[in-house]
Amino acid sequence: MKLNTFLFLVFSTLVILISCKKLLPDAAPESELLDGPIDGLTTDETARFLKGDIAFKEVFTSSKGLGSTFVASSCISCHAGDGKGHPSTTLTRFGQPDEFGNLFLDQGGPQLQHRALPGFAPEQIPAGATFSKFTPPANTGLGFLDYVTDATIMAMADPNDQDGDGISGVPNWIAVPDYVTLRPNAISQNGKHISRFGKKAAAYDLLHQTVNAYNQDMGITSTFNPIDVYTHQEIDPEVSNQSVQDLVFYLRTLKAPIPRNQDDPEVLQGKAIFNQLNCAGCHKPTLTTGYSPISALSNKEFHPFTDLLLHDMGAGLNDGYTEGSAKTAEWRTPPLWGLGLSALSQGGSFFLMHDGRAHSIEEAILLHGGEAATSRGLYQNLNESNRSSLIAYLMSL
Amino acid sequence: MSLVKKNVESLMLNVEWRASFNIKNSTLKISILLFSILGFSPLTIAQVDSSLFVRIPKDTTKPMLNMDAVYNRPFLTVGKTPVAVGGYLEANWQYLMTDGVTEGHQFQVRRMTLFVSSAISRRIKFLSEIEFEEGGKEISLEFASLDVEFYPLINFRGGIIMNPIGAFNQNHDGPKWEFVDRPISATQMLPATWSNSGFGIYGKNYKGNWMIGYEAYLSGSFDNSIIDNEENKTFLPAAKSNPERFEEINSGLPLVTGKMAIRNRKIGELGLSYMGGVYNKFQEDGLQLDKKRRVDVLAADFNTTVPKLNTTVIAEWAWVFVDVPSTYTQQFGNQQHGGFIDVIQPVLTRTIFGWKNATLNLACRFEYTDWNVGHFNETGGNISEDVWSIVPAISFRPTPQTVFRFNYRYLSQQDILGNPPSLTGGFQVGFATYF
Ligand code: HEC
Ligand code: HEC
Repeated sequence: MKLNTFLFLVFSTLVILISCKKLLPDAAPESELLDGPIDGLTTDETARFLKGDIAFKEVFTSSKGLGSTFVASSCISCHAGDGKGHPSTTLTRFGQPDEFGNLFLDQGGPQLQHRALPGFAPEQIPAGATFSKFTPPANTGLGFLDYVTDATIMAMADPNDQDGDGISGVPNWIAVPDYVTLRPNAISQNGKHISRFGKKAAAYDLLHQTVNAYNQDMGITSTFNPIDVYTHQEIDPEVSNQSVQDLVFYLRTLKAPIPRNQDDPEVLQGKAIFNQLNCAGCHKPTLTTGYSPISALSNKEFHPFTDLLLHDMGAGLNDGYTEGSAKTAEWRTPPLWGLGLSALSQGGSFFLMHDGRAHSIEEAILLHGGEAATSRGLYQNLNESNRSSLIAYLMSL
Repeated sequence: MSLVKKNVESLMLNVEWRASFNIKNSTLKISILLFSILGFSPLTIAQVDSSLFVRIPKDTTKPMLNMDAVYNRPFLTVGKTPVAVGGYLEANWQYLMTDGVTEGHQFQVRRMTLFVSSAISRRIKFLSEIEFEEGGKEISLEFASLDVEFYPLINFRGGIIMNPIGAFNQNHDGPKWEFVDRPISATQMLPATWSNSGFGIYGKNYKGNWMIGYEAYLSGSFDNSIIDNEENKTFLPAAKSNPERFEEINSGLPLVTGKMAIRNRKIGELGLSYMGGVYNKFQEDGLQLDKKRRVDVLAADFNTTVPKLNTTVIAEWAWVFVDVPSTYTQQFGNQQHGGFIDVIQPVLTRTIFGWKNATLNLACRFEYTDWNVGHFNETGGNISEDVWSIVPAISFRPTPQTVFRFNYRYLSQQDILGNPPSLTGGFQVGFATYF
């Protein structure tokens, strides 16, 4: 081959390569990703979002204060891609057998730090303590949930089941920590307030949740909660207020999952069945936010499929452990948005319900009891094709 | 020829410029380091008249093993002085995209390395290597050792030595490779360049087509950071950032490194190496803090050039075993393995643009690293955390000392849970040259 011919070939291959877009990998479709910001942020809000993203990915080491006992070393270890977590990052909480408080706070309760730095002994569940396991939920669309007003939540509650549908949602009333700023028009009852985040809805807002996550999940103290999980002593903060606040801002402005295949006839049929079975009695399709200083979140309608209330889910899901004023069989309705994307962050499998015990959506539905027993019964009576339509709908969320 | 010389000169100037730049702008420590090296060599005088430089031809008559790589480099010497200097520079442009997001165009000077060697007497040599990374942001003394030959089979080496684990660590000079990036398994799983204060012996012997070499060293070692770092995975190179490591061993126990290599002129070279020691601080002030925890590494490397076709194949595979406490997080695995294989095919060797014996190569690298071998306690499912990459390349060598490389890189990284991988692709164009 002549040199010129060869150089020409090399050159043209390069040109073809460079012009071929496929060689530069694209992002997955936006509707399959959970980790972007909500639409309509201002540029400075976007910059704060990015700072929070860095805090979310920060890995803690022993020199940065990790532990000495802990559960994981970064937020992202448990909330991969901001999606649902995997059983390997499951938390264990113990020591509160009823709505009257945790009996094991002096023995490491409520959260088990079952990992430890080399040379340190991890915690163990004390004899006699009941416990429950929590698989990490997705972190998407939390800002919308954060700006739902207490009045909206109270309007969905029906403690005495006055409408007679067998569903009697109640809020979790908790004593909020001092560092938390109450929402405007916060509703209180005996000095306690309506709390909404977490499986038992025992975290008041995203700051409360974040401070606890730093402290209990990673052994990182902050000015908000300076007590070290290992020594139970107050120590210097290991994360700055700035990082904590940036992180809260990030959680608040993470976008809500984008539904897929909404026009598919099977999905549309599934949607009708979802309403027929009164799944929507708890998994409320539409909520509206109140005022928010972040205009992209202010007075917005959104579709989380939750009522942020606690429901008695029956004996099967009663672990004998609880938080706040929730009873042990009560769980907060988890949002169903993003359900179809669960496996993308759970390593290809489904781990649903509070402890990941359900390996498919169908298994999750069949585990519903208590207030949801009627819905479950109706589901069991569905024929094969209606069942799969319902699943197709849930997968599209 | 005159072109080459000109090149060499301009690169020399470059070095000097860079050196003075660093003295002005960097810490005292750096300037001392540089002054001692520059002062040690008559380089300062030499710059007046560069025609004084004599290029020492590489000794190509003797068969070479990877272990010889540190001396198998082009050096310049001045007149009849016993000191020789050399070095290399690696620079590139790249445009990479990861899942639709790009850093944009990147112009990088990955590293510039200076070597100074001196023949103190006929069988006593000194060699040092200083590396400036990322435009001088990181400066490290990679190698500074005294070699004393007692007998061809028994040589002493002491100072800052390069632990002979795998082949890449010993033979890492940019201009020797056809790829802009260094192999992941040989630089991040095995740390490269991994050097420590230490000493040991080496030697080699040959008979007919066969040659055999060995090396054995005791040296500084790893520390707790290999399982306590911001990579959030077992990461041996984390130990490199311990500023104390040239003075003190974290565990108080030396790292043992040994390598055997055998070469047949017709078949190629096979190396087997081992490195291991206690990495953790298990006691302090005589008090027990933890049990002794070991890190052990095994590596196999192979290289050959197929006769007639002239195809060169370079491959290396390594296994890392770390005693990670079972009560620690599974994020930090107790086993890793990975390797790479490079295939390089010269397609044209002739006079190109006036360079005699210039070569054009087609090459391809395939590499894989599993950062965390094992199964989750909770589910029994596979722990993923792996990466593979394929890099087709075209390289042009106007002379053996200088390589221009055009790479396309495709890289797939999976997180610990095995979620859909993050994909990177992009182009890299760069050069590496000895000077
Ligand atoms: C050890 C794993 C783990 C780590 C580390 C972790 N989380 Fe979580 N996260 C969980 C689990 C499990 C829950 C559910 C807890 C509960 O229900 O109380 C949760 C709940 C949450 C929630 C509430 C979501 C909802 O829908 O109510 C938020 C927000 C959150 N985490 C943010 C964070 C942030 C921010 C960090 C880092 C500072 C973090 N997490 C670190 C496991 C983890
Ligand atoms: C009485 C209220 C209620 C009703 C009615 C109800 N659910 Fe639920 N659902 C819950 C609660 C509470 C959980 C969480 C239970 C747990 O974590 O153990 C849940 C969990 C789920 C989950 C698992 C979500 C996850 O992220 O792990 C799915 C899927 C689900 N429900 C679908 C349905 C469907 C479909 C119906 C209708 C057939 C339905 N639910 C009816 C309250 C309800």
